[in-house]
Amino acid sequence: MASEDDIGERLRQLPGGSAVAIRLNPREYADDYFAVLNATLRDVGSETNAHTIYVSVTNPASLVWSLAQALDVDAARLSFVDAISHIMMNYRDPLPNATYVESPRMLEDIMLRVEYLLRKHPSPRSLLVIDSVNSLAIHNPADLLSEFFHILVNNLKSRQVLTVLLIVSEDSQSELDQLLGLVVDETIEVVRRRS
Amino acid sequence: MASAAKPAPPDAGGLRERCLTGIEGLDNILGGGIPRGNLVLIAGSVGTGKTTLCLEFLVRGAEKGERTLFLSVTEASAKLIENLSAFEFFRQDLISAGGLVFVDVPQIYDLLGLNHEELTVEEIDLLLKAFLDLAREVGAHRVVVDSLTSVCYRIRRDERIRDFMLKLSQGLAELGCTTLLVSEIGQSAGRYSLHGVEEAIVDGVILLGNARRQGDILRILQVVKMRGTSHSRAQYVMELTPIGLLMAPHLKGGRQES
Repeated sequence: MASEDDIGERLRQLPGGSAVAIRLNPREYADDYFAVLNATLRDVGSETNAHTIYVSVTNPASLVWSLAQALDVDAARLSFVDAISHIMMNYRDPLPNATYVESPRMLEDIMLRVEYLLRKHPSPRSLLVIDSVNSLAIHNPADLLSEFFHILVNNLKSRQVLTVLLIVSEDSQSELDQLLGLVVDETIEVVRRRS
Repeated sequence: MASAAKPAPPDAGGLRERCLTGIEGLDNILGGGIPRGNLVLIAGSVGTGKTTLCLEFLVRGAEKGERTLFLSVTEASAKLIENLSAFEFFRQDLISAGGLVFVDVPQIYDLLGLNHEELTVEEIDLLLKAFLDLAREVGAHRVVVDSLTSVCYRIRRDERIRDFMLKLSQGLAELGCTTLLVSEIGQSAGRYSLHGVEEAIVDGVILLGNARRQGDILRILQVVKMRGTSHSRAQYVMELTPIGLLMAPHLKGGRQES
């Protein structure tokens, strides 16, 4: 468990090549989500000079980018793989720092765009965020998704990329949690600090 | 044009010397590249990336100082070069330095007066000689013919295609060329070339195609045959990116195929 203020610190302490699931509470989704963006894009991405690749499946990259701008994230250190805008017919103004996959079902294309961005932006420290496991699960059967995460995460581990997988769930016994249990090193549950 | 010196064969412990395609995923699939001197069919339907794969194969070779030759039958070289300019791996100076040579085959037809719709035996020999002379003159280590299908369309008869292919294979191998021949096939052809003869002669067949997943189309690459190396026969998904072709395993999700 980590309070929203501690997630960034927890992530910064992890060695390169770690894979982490961050579980967001659906009842506190908006606040949790912003806290996770703050932790990943600013605390880890900006403050450690990492290059961040953000795979957006829940919201279009343009929306995430507008939130990142509010956090003063440098565009040169953030790239998007947007796998949702095409399917939402929301592709009129592509971002210059985004590459677009036609459908969240094209999992191999997501892997290849990540590979492309890793080669395009070589960095001593790289961070990959997948937002979210739930959204990928809407479009893909569990066995295909398991294979996808197994190949992608293990590939990134061997290349010392810190991988963060966002999952929205209150139940640690959910099918998705079990799926992630096979590939992640630890799970961070976001808890809100009560004032 | 002076012939460039061929690179010395590396010590490969008895294995055949390899021609690294420079396409990282493909070299891994092939266990270290195409055995040098092989004649390889790049078979696929329209829009599967055949020409792009061949162009990157040549550019990567030219980058390493090898001489390369693209024999274009179906598309004007100027248009190909224009399309190639969209890729970050392409450098115009490779052409000006003579490392990457484009020749339009229809011009060869005109120069040799090959006007018959179906080429005669003598005309086929003339065409073959022209191809081999060009490869020799360029000092080519890598050759692409795009497409073999268009050439064979004018040869037509199976026995003549077989003879042409055998002589082409032998001639290019003697010159030390590793050659890719583009083969245009329909999506449900059930074979890798127009006549079926071509695939029996070549040393390798790389199949490009499309796979559907709930209506979405993925570009697929599969090495069906490659003499002189043990290679993966699995399917891979291929993506044309500005930095070149990238490949990933084709996910099956535990599904059984018949």
